[in-house]
Order: sequence, then C-alpha cells, then structure tokens
Amino acid sequence: MQPEPGDLQLELDSSPLAVRGALTEMTAYLRGRCPEEGLAVVEIVLAEALNNIVEHAYVGGSGRITLCLRAHAGDVQCCIADHGLPMPGGAAPAGRLRLPVPGGALPEGGFGWHLIRSLSQDVDYRRVSGRNYLSLRVQAGQ
Amino acid sequence: MNIQSEQTVGGLVVRVAEPRIDAAVAIRFKDRMRELIADPSQKVILDLSQVGFLDSSGLGAVVAVMKMLPPDRPLELSHLTPPVQKVFRLTRMDRVFTIHPDGADPADAA
Repeated sequence: MQPEPGDLQLELDSSPLAVRGALTEMTAYLRGRCPEEGLAVVEIVLAEALNNIVEHAYVGGSGRITLCLRAHAGDVQCCIADHGLPMPGGAAPAGRLRLPVPGGALPEGGFGWHLIRSLSQDVDYRRVSGRNYLSLRVQAGQ
Repeated sequence: MNIQSEQTVGGLVVRVAEPRIDAAVAIRFKDRMRELIADPSQKVILDLSQVGFLDSSGLGAVVAVMKMLPPDRPLELSHLTPPVQKVFRLTRMDRVFTIHPDGADPADAA
C-alpha cells in the first residue's frame, strides 16, 4: 500500500508499552472514521500483530516497527513492517485454535493468530530483503 | 497494578481497576492475583467491569490464574465489557469459565 495523505503512519519500538502507545494513537485516529465496535476489532487485531512482532520477530532483541493505516468506506487497511526474524515456514500462521479439553491442561497462549484470522481479511505476509511485511484488512463497519 | 479484593458471601470478589489487561501488564496481573487469591475462599470472582481491553496475553494471564487455583476452587468472571467478551467468545474460553451476565451480581449469590 503506497502512502497517501490522510493515512496514519507510526513508527514504534518493539516493546509492549510502545505497542500500547501506538494502539492509543490508532484509536484516536480512527475515532469518528469508524464505529466504536469496529474500532475495538481493529485494536485487537493490531495488538496481536504488533505483540507477535515484539515477542517473536524481535525475540531476545529489539528493533523498529512501522505501522500504516487507512480507513476507507468502513474498511481499515493496515500494513506493518519490521526488520526482525521471518515468520516460521515463511508464512503467516493459520491460527488454528487448540480447543480446551475437559479435564486437560488449558492453553495459555496460541490465541493471537486465531484472533487475527477471525477478525480480519486479506491477510498477506511477505519477506522482502530481510524485512517482514504484513498487510490485512478489517471490516470495521460504516 | 490496581486490583483489590473483598470477601463476600458469594466468594472472594477481585476487582480490576485498570482499563487494560495487555502484554504490558500480564505478568504484573498474574503476580498481583497470586497475592490476592492467597486469601482463602470457596471461589474467586473476577470483576472485569472496568477493563475495556484484553489481548491474548491478558487472556493467557487469566487462564494462568485459573490454573493457580485448585480444581475445587473455581475462578468465575463477571461484568465483561463487549470487547473483552468478544475475545473470550472467539477463543472459546467463554465455555471454560463461568461468566456471570451483566446485572447479576455473583457476590450476592451464596
């Protein structure tokens, strides 16, 4: 997605607090551009995508993350780039849920990509010249 | 992290007075909960009425608290806001926890 005037563009450090700050800016940008319920959906999707970069792509280190966002006709188009490790297998995870088994051990993780896949469309991941590019679209309502 | 507990006839009610349970506070949440649930009770009721956002790290932390408790001492949830409800529903964790609907106050139920 080529940047256009009116897009939100952010650059952040790979830390949980920086992610929180970016989500706050994103929420302020989208308020008035999409309904409150859609806004909550975008926040969950971006939180999971950004936290995954912090925890996995930049595991044991740190780096920069760029985020761009465009709201158009009820859709929010998002793209995220980082310099961290590639996704395992070179592809974005399918996000299959490990269903809780009665009496068995409950999973404490593995929910992130399930939430992203459940709440967004057109997920596209590419590794180009040592960078990760993730783009996706959230139907945030009119 | 601002979390307070209160013994009621219905169990130990733990109120999270924070707007978010996310990756930035998940560990602190677990640590604080561990302290609070040391206070004996039949069950623990987590009041999430003030929590407007919970990500998968926050969800994992709530699951971890459930696992800290013995099987005969359930962790129940109450007053979920719509975004938090959505995360529990999409991850099917709404089937694992007893979730008290809005309006019903589990603290009153003996």
